[in-house]
Amino acid sequence: MKKQNIFARFYRWFFFRARGDSPFKRLLIHLLLIIACAISVYPVLRVVTISLRPNDTLLTTSLRIIPENATLDNYREVIFGAPEKNRKSDFFLWLWNSFSVVMVTSIISVALAAVSAYAFSRFRFKGRSAGLVFLFTTQMIPAGMLLLPLYIMLAKLKMINSSLGLIIAYSVSSVPLTIWMLKGYYDTIPVDLEEAALIDGASRMTTFTRIILPLSSPSLAIAFLFSFMGGWSEYLVARVVLQKNELFTWPLGIWTYAQQFTVSWGKFAAASVLIAVPVMALFLYSSKWLISGLTLGSVKG
Amino acid sequence: MGEKASTLRKYLPTALWIVGLIALYLILRAVFAPHASGINLNSKMILSRIREVSLFLGAIAAGMALIEIYFYQIFFRRPTRPLTTIIVRFIQGFLGFITLLLIIAFFDLTDLIRLPEGPFRNFILLPTTGFAALQKFLATAKIAPAGQASLSAAILLVVVLGLLFFLIQRITEPRVSRVGLAYLLVIPALVGVLFLIIYPFLFEIKLAFSNASLGTQATKNASYGLQYGWQNLVTLFTGNVAKDAKFFEVLGRTVLWTVINVTFHVTGGMVLALLLHRPMKLQGFYRTLLVFPWAIPTTIAAMALRNEFDLRYGFFNIMLNNIHNFFADLSTKVALLSPVFSWLAANIGPVSWKQDPFWAFVSILISNIWLGIPFMAVIILGGLQSISHEYYEAAEMDGANKWQMFRNITLPLLRPVLTPAVILGVIWTFNKFDVIWLITQGGPQEKTDILVSSMYKAAFQFYRYGFTAMFALVIFLILLGFTIVYLRVTGGLKSATE
Repeated sequence: MKKQNIFARFYRWFFFRARGDSPFKRLLIHLLLIIACAISVYPVLRVVTISLRPNDTLLTTSLRIIPENATLDNYREVIFGAPEKNRKSDFFLWLWNSFSVVMVTSIISVALAAVSAYAFSRFRFKGRSAGLVFLFTTQMIPAGMLLLPLYIMLAKLKMINSSLGLIIAYSVSSVPLTIWMLKGYYDTIPVDLEEAALIDGASRMTTFTRIILPLSSPSLAIAFLFSFMGGWSEYLVARVVLQKNELFTWPLGIWTYAQQFTVSWGKFAAASVLIAVPVMALFLYSSKWLISGLTLGSVKG
Repeated sequence: MGEKASTLRKYLPTALWIVGLIALYLILRAVFAPHASGINLNSKMILSRIREVSLFLGAIAAGMALIEIYFYQIFFRRPTRPLTTIIVRFIQGFLGFITLLLIIAFFDLTDLIRLPEGPFRNFILLPTTGFAALQKFLATAKIAPAGQASLSAAILLVVVLGLLFFLIQRITEPRVSRVGLAYLLVIPALVGVLFLIIYPFLFEIKLAFSNASLGTQATKNASYGLQYGWQNLVTLFTGNVAKDAKFFEVLGRTVLWTVINVTFHVTGGMVLALLLHRPMKLQGFYRTLLVFPWAIPTTIAAMALRNEFDLRYGFFNIMLNNIHNFFADLSTKVALLSPVFSWLAANIGPVSWKQDPFWAFVSILISNIWLGIPFMAVIILGGLQSISHEYYEAAEMDGANKWQMFRNITLPLLRPVLTPAVILGVIWTFNKFDVIWLITQGGPQEKTDILVSSMYKAAFQFYRYGFTAMFALVIFLILLGFTIVYLRVTGGLKSATE
């Protein structure tokens, strides 16, 4: 047997390994993925960088990730305000406004949807398919489309500049989506379980509350999360409905920072980081379920 | 002994939770109390908001409960004797009638229909005025606590209705209804959808045939008629949609925006998914990092990117400037390729992202593509993982190469995932203008507006309400056409309604 040159052997192993991917290919793939990761992460890192810059070097052309003289001043001012400059911090106010609005929207949507999606999933009644077609179509309608009549309606009801108005406006897109999603979930729960309970003498209502609701509690949580995420960082509707500073949700609030390039860029970045970190953590943690929610609910053909 | 331990075990988590929450509260208090003067939120504001929303939720719950009981008794209860039949049907008819009047009064209040002044209108408004009178009575007779007249009146009404329902319940007997439960379950959502979607939609159609604008104080002094609708339509197709832009120009840009975005999303997502879909180290790590643009709240991402497109201090121009300097430097150092480098240096350099319409459009495209790829990648990866290995093994045995496998196995089998994702992607992108709004606001000179953002501008910057409503209807028709094509292509509706 002829002994091969070590370089030739390495070459063959490196480029043409018989089984699986060759090391060269794997190297290439990792390289590509690292580049892609850099592209996806770098803008986020930039926000962190800017938030750490001291106020006098905000305007710099440096691309360093950790800036010189890094400071947490921006964070301090965003959280605690600057009493010495007589500036109060609205950060928690905005967060609280957002939270209360989105929480109530999600509660309403999930409560309505949990019940009616069950009917759509299990019963055959007149108007069912029409209702489903309708729900399906509403997913195609932009929320912005109904914004104008809704705005005029809210104005007539004196609900402009009120959190309740925003709750109503958000429910427009949230309710149909949640019904549609939960119907998809309920469809995946086998009917046999209920049938067994029905034979044992349980009523339809009992099977719903004792079997379906407990079984679908994870999906209810996902639907809730979806509805929450949908409203949490919404800007355009809130901008129309809310005009008073003390009612601002956080997207409106940090927009007031982001608008002025020089003065508040650091504060904008700091506030963004403070908001984005928990949201992203929650998102990354729950992304698996969120994806299953998407495939079961909305993306399902 | 054992029992004691189990009791301890039973209550321990609760106790720990309580202790933990108290500790958290104390820590937060210790941190924030010294700075309370700088924070614009206090417990009073929190409590008032909680009160506001819980009243709102309570009102919705009470209303829904009353509606549910009403229909429950219609579906599941039957009066026993002729006399009770008369009483029960009378009460039910009366309540239904009152509700009808209330709905008409609501239409009147919000200007969907305008009742002529006179006895008829007064009659329709009777429940509303009656409620107001009840409030006034409760307030003047000092029955209700000060400032709580409306709440007390509402509670009183609910109690009266409850008693009525209780009475009906007593004089009726149960009845079997096969579909009753289904309708009872659907009613809350139906009421919600009627109020939230159908009603605004009807309103929009009415607005589309009006000349409502700021000058007419929205609907207050607006005139309605077919000629206004026609006028709105003519303005839409021949005049300016927001301020300067023309409809077909914006439509063309919208199509371009949608096609470019979705193409990049799908190809980018496909590439990432194919790269990730293999046994490899660090897969989870890459995946987490790659979904960052999807995980970050869009608003923050868009605002941050907006600043990165700044002329001098934004990332893109710093980068371009660096590249420019690099080539300029090279052209002086490397004599051989000097013309090439100086040409490069002359053509690569900072770009005015905000002023130049083309680059402004590129900037929103870059931003939206960056934001949208992870979603597609994740969806496609899910699709790839559902394809069985056996197909590839069989193809390998038949001597197929990688491209053939991709073309003939992966793509066809991805179709059930890809088609709806692409179509929904198209619709979402078509409608999605928060990125545009936050980065360029449609500027410069409305050269980066798409249909939806023009519509938004027409409504809320130029207050052309009637026109906007017609605009919205046209956009809706475009989307509806697309949806119908989508349903034809996928047959999706059949599987959806089964």
